[in-house]
Amino acid sequence: MNATLAVEHAPVTREQWLPRIEALHAAGARLLTLWASDERDHGEGDLLRAAFLQPGGVVIVELALPDGAAPYPRIDELFPAAARLQRALRDLSGVQAEGGDRRPWIRHGAWSDGDAPLRRDFRGGTPDPTPYGFVRVRGDGVHEIAVGPVHAGTIEPGHFRFSVVGEKVLRLEQRLGYVHKGIERRFTELAPAAARRLAARVSGDSAVAFAWAFCLAEEHIRGVSVPPRATFLRALLLERERIANHLGDLGALGNDAGFGVGLAQFMRLKEDLLRVNAQVFGARYPMDAVVTGGVAIELTPAGAALLQQQFSVLAGETERLRAIYDDHAGMQDRFLGCGKVPGELARRLGVTGLVARASGIARDLRVDLPLPPYDALAVRCASAAGGDVAARVAVRFDELAESLRLGGELLRRLPPGEVCAPAQAPAPGGFGVGLVEGWRGPVFVALETATDGSIRRCHPHDPSWHNWPALEHAIIGDIVPDFPLINKSFNLSYSGVDL
Amino acid sequence: MNAAAVLTQLFAVIVAVAAAPLFLGWVNVCRAWLQNRRAPPLAQPYRTIGKLLHKEAVLAHDVSPLFRFAPYAIFGSMATAAAIIPALGLDLPFARAADAIALVGLFATARVFAALAAMDTGTAFGTLGARREMMLGFLAEPALLMVFFTASLIAGSTELPVIAGTHQSHTLAVHPSLAFAAIAFLMVLLAENARIPVDNPSTHLELTMIHEAMVLEYSARHLALIEWAAALKLFNYACMGFALFLPWGVAVDLASPPVLAGALAVLAAKLLLAGAALALIETVNAKIRIFRAPEFLAFAFMLAVLGLLVRLLVQE
Repeated sequence: MNATLAVEHAPVTREQWLPRIEALHAAGARLLTLWASDERDHGEGDLLRAAFLQPGGVVIVELALPDGAAPYPRIDELFPAAARLQRALRDLSGVQAEGGDRRPWIRHGAWSDGDAPLRRDFRGGTPDPTPYGFVRVRGDGVHEIAVGPVHAGTIEPGHFRFSVVGEKVLRLEQRLGYVHKGIERRFTELAPAAARRLAARVSGDSAVAFAWAFCLAEEHIRGVSVPPRATFLRALLLERERIANHLGDLGALGNDAGFGVGLAQFMRLKEDLLRVNAQVFGARYPMDAVVTGGVAIELTPAGAALLQQQFSVLAGETERLRAIYDDHAGMQDRFLGCGKVPGELARRLGVTGLVARASGIARDLRVDLPLPPYDALAVRCASAAGGDVAARVAVRFDELAESLRLGGELLRRLPPGEVCAPAQAPAPGGFGVGLVEGWRGPVFVALETATDGSIRRCHPHDPSWHNWPALEHAIIGDIVPDFPLINKSFNLSYSGVDL
Repeated sequence: MNAAAVLTQLFAVIVAVAAAPLFLGWVNVCRAWLQNRRAPPLAQPYRTIGKLLHKEAVLAHDVSPLFRFAPYAIFGSMATAAAIIPALGLDLPFARAADAIALVGLFATARVFAALAAMDTGTAFGTLGARREMMLGFLAEPALLMVFFTASLIAGSTELPVIAGTHQSHTLAVHPSLAFAAIAFLMVLLAENARIPVDNPSTHLELTMIHEAMVLEYSARHLALIEWAAALKLFNYACMGFALFLPWGVAVDLASPPVLAGALAVLAAKLLLAGAALALIETVNAKIRIFRAPEFLAFAFMLAVLGLLVRLLVQE
C-alpha cells in the first residue's frame, strides 16, 4: 500500500526557475503554495519553494536566493493566486519578487518594509504608519462602501471595499491580514507535539484536515507507518468535520436569503452532530484527536453504532431539507445566477476545492491522489457546472450525502488493531509534506525539522488563498445586497490565510 | 367636542403606544415557534426599549441637530397616526381634522426624517439605507393611497372612522374591490414595516439592510424611540388593516366600561391572529432581491388600482 504522497524536489537556478514553472503550467499543474525558509544559519541565504500539484503527486521547485540576490521572477502571471502569496512572502520572509504589486499584504504597519518576521534574527520591527493604497474607481456616480474589518455579525475580521454605482458593484477589493498571529514563526519555537496542536488551530473549522496534513509530514520525516485502523478513524473525523461545516453553511445560506427555517433546521442537525462528537470522541470539535502515528481516540462498538445511526438519520433529514431548498421559489431566485464564477475564469484564477467543483472543475484529492483509507473507498467527486451560488449549494448537498455514505462505509469496514503506531525516537532532520482534502479544498503542510528533532520551518497553507481572489470576481456586476450570500457560499477562512 | 371624546382619544393613543411593543413581541414569538426555535419572552421588545433608555447616548461628532431631533419626529408622527386610526372606537375627534390622506402624509414625514438623519452622519450605510428606503417609499405610498381611495369610494369619505363605520354597518355586503385592496394593503404593510420578503428585521448583514441600515448610528434613547416607533408603525398598519377590512368589534362610543372592555378584547383577538399570520408569511418566504422589491410594490399598486376600477365599473 502506497501510504505516502509522491513528492518530487526540483532544485533550479534563477534562469531555470521560470521555464520550469512555465512547463508545469503548460502541463496543467496547479499551484499549491509558495514559501521561503531562512537558511542564513547554514550560510545560504533564503530558500524559495513553490509547490505544485500534478497528476502523480507534488512537485516542489526550489530556488536558492543567496544574500543580496536579485528579486526572483514573479509567477503570478502564470498562477494569479500567487500574487497575494508573493506579497505575503515579502512581508514575512523579506523575499522580493520582480515587479508585481508592491503593497503589503499581511503587514498592517506593525513592522516596516524590510523587516522580515520569519528571519531567524528578527527581534521585533518598527511600526510603519503608511496607509494602505486601495485602488480607486473613478467615474460619474461611483462611490465606495467600506465594510469591516468589524462587522455587525460575529464573523472573522476582513475589510471589503466596494466601488459601486447605485446598487451595482463595479469592483471589490479585499484587505485581509487582520488576524495575523505569527503562526509560522511560532511553529519553530514549539516541540513537535505542541506544534501539532497549533497546526490544528490554524483554521478552527479545518482542524482535522490541518492536523492530519501536519502528521503526514511528520510521519514522512520520521518514517512512521500509521496502522490501518488509525487511517480509518482519521478519515471518519475528517468526514465528520466536512459534514459539520456543510450543515452549518447550508443553514447560514438559507438564513442569508432570509429563510430562517433553514438556519434553525440545519443548526439543529449540526448541534446533534457536535453532541455525538462530544459523546464519542470526548470533544465537540475533536481538534487534538489526530496525533503523530495515528489517533488519540478509540471507537467502542457502542460509539460506532451511535455514529452509524446518526449518519443514517442525517442522510434522511438532509434529503428532506434539500427538497425544501430546491422547491423554494424565493430561495432559488436568490441562488440562481448569483455570484457567478464561470469554469473558464475559475481555471484561469486557479480556484480550488469546493468552489472549483461548483465551477465544473471536478478535482478532489480523495479521488485524484487517494491516500489510505480513501484508496479503498471509491469516493465520488461532487461537481456542478453553474459556478453560481446555486451550484455551490448543490455541491455542498452532494458532498454532504457522499460524506454521510463514506462515514457509514468507514464504520462498516473499520479494521481492528492498534490506533497509534508506537512512539519512536525523533528521526534526524528532514523535510516532509502533507496534503489532505479538507472541506474547503486541499490543505497543505510543509514541515522541515532539524537534526535535534526541533522544527526549523513549518508552512501550513489553506485553500482559501486561491479562492479569495475569485470572490472579488464573483461579485462584479451583481448588486451590493447579494454580497453576503455570495460570500457565505464561498465561506473562506480568514484565520487560515492570516498566518 | 366633549371631555369624554378627548379622553377616549387620549386613551386610544396610550393603548397604541403601550401595546405596540407587545404586538411586535408576539410576532417574534410566532416566528420563533414556526421556525422550531425557542421563543424570546413576549415582553422582550419592552426590555430592549428599557435597556436602551438606560444607556448613555453616543453621537457622531459631526452630526447636525436634525440627527437628534429625528427620533422624536418619527415617534411623534407614529403616535399622531395612532390618534387617527380607529383601533378601539369610532369617536375620534382628532380624526375629523386629518383623514387617510393625511395619514399617508404622516408616514411620509417619518420616512423623510429617518432618511435625512441617516444621511446626516455621512456614512456609507446610512446613505445606502436611506436610498433604498426612499426607493420603496415612492412605490408604497401611491399603492397605499389607492387602497384608501377604493375604501373611500364605498364609504364616500376619506376619514378612517367613517370608512370603518360604513363597512361595519354593511355586515353582509361583499365588495370584490376590497379583496383586491386587501391584498395590496398586505403587500404594502410588509414593505413599509421592513418585513420579509422585502427587508429582514432580524438580519446582521449590514449590506442587505434597508431600515436597519438607516438607524445604525443611533444609540440609547434615540434608538429606543426609533425601535418603539417601528413597533408602533407595525401596530398602526395592523389597525389600519382592521379599520378598512375587518372593522367589526370597533365600538361606536367608548364611554361605558363594558363596551371599552369588549373593544379591547376584540382588538387583542385580531392582533393575535394578525401577528400569527404575519409570522407565517415571514417564515415561508425568503427575502427577495432588492431589485425585485419595485416589482413587488408595483404589483401591489396594480392590485389597488384594479380594486378601484372594479369599484368604479361595478358600482356596487
